[in-house]
Amino acid sequence: MQMQSTSRARTNLVQSLGVDGRILTMLVVLAVVWAVFQLFTLGQPGQFLSPQNLWNLSVQTAVVGIMVGGMVMVIVTRQIDLSVGSILGFTGMIMALIQTVPPLGWGGHWLLALLAGLVLGALIGAFQGYWVAYWGVPAFVVTLAGLLIFRNATFIVASGRTIGPLDDNFKVLGGGLNGSIGEFWTWVVGLVVMALIIYQALSNRSRRLKNGLPVRPVWAEGLVTGTLLALVLAFVLVMNAFPYPGTNTPRGMPVPVLITIGVLFLLNWVALNTRFGRYVFAIGGNPEAALLAGINVKRMLVAVFALMGMLAALAGAVQAARLNFVTNSMGNLLELDVIAAAVIGGTALAGGSGTIVGAALGALLMSSLRSGMVLMGLPTEWQNVVLGLVLLAAVIWNTVYLRSRR
Amino acid sequence: MTPLIEMQNINLRFGGNQALDNVSVNLYPGEVVGLLGHNGAGKSTLIKVLSGAYQADSGRIRVGGQEVSIRTPQDAQAQGIETIYQTLALADNLDAVANVFLGREKVRGVILDEDIMELEARKTLDRLKVKIPSLRLPVAQMSGGQRQTVAISRAIYFKARCLIMDEPTAALGPEETAKVRELIKALKAEGVGIFLISHDLHDVFDLADRLTVMKNGRVVGTVYTQDVSHDDVLGMIIGGVMPKNARPADLPAPRA
Repeated sequence: MQMQSTSRARTNLVQSLGVDGRILTMLVVLAVVWAVFQLFTLGQPGQFLSPQNLWNLSVQTAVVGIMVGGMVMVIVTRQIDLSVGSILGFTGMIMALIQTVPPLGWGGHWLLALLAGLVLGALIGAFQGYWVAYWGVPAFVVTLAGLLIFRNATFIVASGRTIGPLDDNFKVLGGGLNGSIGEFWTWVVGLVVMALIIYQALSNRSRRLKNGLPVRPVWAEGLVTGTLLALVLAFVLVMNAFPYPGTNTPRGMPVPVLITIGVLFLLNWVALNTRFGRYVFAIGGNPEAALLAGINVKRMLVAVFALMGMLAALAGAVQAARLNFVTNSMGNLLELDVIAAAVIGGTALAGGSGTIVGAALGALLMSSLRSGMVLMGLPTEWQNVVLGLVLLAAVIWNTVYLRSRR
Repeated sequence: MTPLIEMQNINLRFGGNQALDNVSVNLYPGEVVGLLGHNGAGKSTLIKVLSGAYQADSGRIRVGGQEVSIRTPQDAQAQGIETIYQTLALADNLDAVANVFLGREKVRGVILDEDIMELEARKTLDRLKVKIPSLRLPVAQMSGGQRQTVAISRAIYFKARCLIMDEPTAALGPEETAKVRELIKALKAEGVGIFLISHDLHDVFDLADRLTVMKNGRVVGTVYTQDVSHDDVLGMIIGGVMPKNARPADLPAPRA
C-alpha cells in the first residue's frame, strides 16, 4: 500500500511537470554517471567534470549527435539505416577530394566541397529510401548493401590513399584550433537560446489560457523552464572556462557542437510542430491508417532516408574537418553508435515511439561512458562490454516501460 | 429524390480473381443501407472503391447525381465521403487530437495549430457524448468505445455526407455498442447517408432501411429490411437466392 501510494504520487508529480518520464530518467542516469566518474577521477589532473574534459566530451558527441536525430525519424517510421557510417565515410572522402590540392585532390573551393557532400548524402539516402518505399525491399537489406557499397566506394574513389590536408576554412567545422566561436559569441548564442526558451514558455501558456485549454501549474512551469535555463547557463559557463593552451582566452563553444545543437533543435521542432513530424510518427504508429488518411507514405519514407543521408554527410564533414585527413575507414562501425544512442534514448525499434531529446541524451550518455572509462584507464575491450551492457539494459527498460503503458 | 451515392456496374479484378462483378448499389440521404455477405463476398472491396483506397477497373460513381472520379482517399473526402474502417485506422501512438485531424491538420504557416485542433476535437467529441478524460493520451491507452468515438469524430468533424462504417461494433462491449447505435440513428436523423457493413444481423435489422447482399463479388439483391426475416437474409447470404415476397429495392427511392 505504502509503495503504491508513493509511486502514484510520483506519477502525478511527473504528470504535472508535463515532461516525458523517460527523459527525466535519462537525466538522472546521466547525472549519476557523471558523479561516479568524477569520484573515480578525483585525484587526476583531468577530472571528469573539468571544463577541459567536458569541452572535449561535447566535441566527441558531435558526430553521433548530428546523425542521431535523423536515425530517430528513420526508426520511428519502422525502418533502419545501417549505411550511415559508410555514407559518412564516402561523402567525407568526396569532400576531401574536391578541396585537397592537386595532384592528390581536385583543388576545388571548400564551400563547393561541403555543398556537394551534403547533396550527395541526400541523394544516396533518397536512392536507398526509393527501394524501401516503392519496391518494398526491407530497409535492413537495402542499407546493409549500402554499407558495403559506400564503404568500399570510399576506397575506390581515393585509390586507397589518405586524402588531405584539408582547407583551413573547412577545418573550422571540426572544432580544432580555430574551430570555436569564442567567449562573446558563446554568450550571444546562450542568451538567445535562453530568451527563446522564456518566450516559448510564456507565449504557449498565455495562448493556451486564452483558448481555455488546460496548462500545467505555475510551479511546474517555473521548475521546467528554470531547469532548462540553468542547463543552458551551465553549458555556456563550462564552454567559456576552457582556455586556449598557454593563454587565458576562453575557446567558447566549438563549431561542431554549435552545428549539433542547431541540427537537434531543428529536428526536434520539426518532429513536434510540423506536418512532416506528425506524419513520421503516424506512419510508425499505423502505416495503413496513415495511408488511408491520405498521407503519401512512400514519399515520406524517401524524404526521411534522404534527410538521414544528408545528416550523415554533415557528420562526415565535421569528422573530416576534425581529422584533417580522410582515411578509408573513417566512420567505420559508426552506424552502431548512432543506432545505440537512439535506442538508449528511448526510441523503440518497433517504430512509432521516440524523441529527439531522448536520443540526444542517449548520445551524450554513450560518449560520457566512453570518455569516463578512458580517463579511468579501462581497456577498450572492457569499454565495449560496458557499452553493450548499457545498451541491453536500456532496451529492456524501454520494453518494460512501453508494455506498462499498454 | 436524387440518390446521395450511386455506384453503377463496378468491376474490379485482382489478378485472376473477379473481386467485384458488375456491382451496383445506391444510397439516399438520411438512409442506412446494410451491406451483407460472407467474408470475401466483396463488401469491403466495394467500400474501398468508394472511399478511394482501391480504383475500379470500370463502372461509374455518382455523388448527388454528378459523376465523380475517386482515385484517392482525399478525392472521396472532398466529396464528403468518410470511412470508418474495421481496424479503426487510428495511429495508436498518437493522441486523440492528432488522430481526429490526421492528414488534415490545422496549421498556422507551417506550424501545427495544436490549440485550435484540441478545441475543435473536444467540441466534436462532446457532441458524441462519450467521455474521454484526456485528449492528449495516446489512443492505445483508450477503451474500444473511446477509440471508436475518435474514429467517428474524424468523420463527423469534416462534415461527412456519406459515412461508410465497416463493422463499427465488432470490437465493442454491449454498452458501447448501444452508444454507437444511438449515434448512427442521430447521424441518420441529420441526413447523413450510411453504408453499414456488419456480421451482426441484429445490428443490421435494427439500423438499416435497406439491405444489399453480396456473394462471390456479385450483388444477390437489395431488399427493404421491413419486407424480410432473418431467415430470408441468411438464404440470400448463403444460398444467393432472393426471397419470394420482397419488393425489389435497388432502383426507386426508399418509401418514396
